[in-house]
Amino acid sequence: MNEVTPVEQSDVAAVDPSCARAPVGMLCELTHRCPLQCPYCSNPTDLDRVASELTTAEWQSVMRQAGELGILQVHLSGGEPTVRKDLEEILEAAVKAGLYTNLISAGVTITRERLMKFAEIGLDHVQLSIQDVDSDNADRISAYKGGLAKKIEVSQWTKEAGMALTINAPIHRQNIHNVPRMIEFAIECGAGRIEIAHVQYYAWALLNRGSLMPTRESFMTAAKQVEHAREKYKGIIVIDMVVPDYYAKFPKPCMGGWAKQILNVTPQGRVLPCHAAESITHLTFDNVKDRPLADIWLNGEAFNKYRGTEWMNETCRTCPRKEIDFGGCRCQAFALTGDATNTDPACSLSPMHEEWAKVAEVESHSTPPEFVYRRVGGAKVTVGGT
Amino acid sequence: MTIGQYAKRERTMITGDCRPSIPRFVKMRHDAGRGRWILLAPERVFNPDEIAVAVLQKCDGERSVADIAAILADDYKAPADLILKDIIDMLQDLSDKGVLNAGEPTKS
Repeated sequence: MNEVTPVEQSDVAAVDPSCARAPVGMLCELTHRCPLQCPYCSNPTDLDRVASELTTAEWQSVMRQAGELGILQVHLSGGEPTVRKDLEEILEAAVKAGLYTNLISAGVTITRERLMKFAEIGLDHVQLSIQDVDSDNADRISAYKGGLAKKIEVSQWTKEAGMALTINAPIHRQNIHNVPRMIEFAIECGAGRIEIAHVQYYAWALLNRGSLMPTRESFMTAAKQVEHAREKYKGIIVIDMVVPDYYAKFPKPCMGGWAKQILNVTPQGRVLPCHAAESITHLTFDNVKDRPLADIWLNGEAFNKYRGTEWMNETCRTCPRKEIDFGGCRCQAFALTGDATNTDPACSLSPMHEEWAKVAEVESHSTPPEFVYRRVGGAKVTVGGT
Repeated sequence: MTIGQYAKRERTMITGDCRPSIPRFVKMRHDAGRGRWILLAPERVFNPDEIAVAVLQKCDGERSVADIAAILADDYKAPADLILKDIIDMLQDLSDKGVLNAGEPTKS
């Protein structure tokens, strides 16, 4: 008998050809509204307005279709998903569809009563973000006062209700010194898991890259601290780390391969192969209001465009790692080279790699500019301190 | 609000006396579309083999690990001590990953 191993990325597609291409996960951005204004937000810089959001019935239909398609896990995200007053009804549809439900929240808008209601409906997992363990710095990063104390409350209610708790900590140059304390904080909260999520430089984070990019040295220090903590806290907390690809030799297997494992539904109902895909400006995206989810997943133009390995350029197509990292990230390739079929500059085999890595080197050693906070219009403000 | 009430301070070690159960937030079900059993957990999908499924289906918080080993030894006509060791290894791994309630015997 073997240990129970996590499903490998390729494994999902390998089992049964009739259902080979069902995605494992669905990320639903229920809204782009959020009381926090974190400058590394993964939402697009052009935020969807509230009037254009899908209705309750439309989201419920998405959940039913996801279950039928064979999707296993749904991530209810945003923006801040709990600002939707109908979250209970959407969650209920997801639970009924047999989906494993994960709420990705900043926590600050949740009451105890409401969280208990979510648990009663059948919510499985709460993923709670923190901006820092130093309250003042957390307030400054999120442009929101008193968030950390509220998050602590939500963490305790989550445990009280018997749901799984993950602490999600986006890491950047203005909080990277606190990585060990964040892990200790997550343990104190009773979290079973923490994500040390080095900021990925798209959308708002790309806009704020100069304020967020850590130096290579501080990244290496943090990586060692994580390695040490994994040993020290084995059996106590699971520590997952998302690596900043500016300091990597090979690119990340973005989304586990384009249109292979995950789909993303925007507040307006557009279905994307990843949450940043709209940055590839020549792609067109189908909407759940016009076309069934399964049809979009299997036949949608944007999904088929970079699915598999056929689209790859010579460098990627002949690379022994093509089924490991899939040529990296299409959005990053497009943003930085102008052609989404190019090798991701995060890859050392990209002709742009050196130039690109230099950007991180230079920016991380320069004085960080003020944050461009995540809000409609993205106006520049400073909240307290520097 | 103070924290620490739910903090796990020590690694739980699985023994034959533990009475394990699957937590509320872990779901084991048969995935018809993919033709196999799956264990759904936070940001993870596990793919238990036939024997792992047989073990996990018996993790009800009542049976001890030793009880489960005895049942399986009978079902699979295998030596109980060998089965016990394998089961402990498997459950330890799941416990370390936070997807199993170990059900430790109360210390006196």
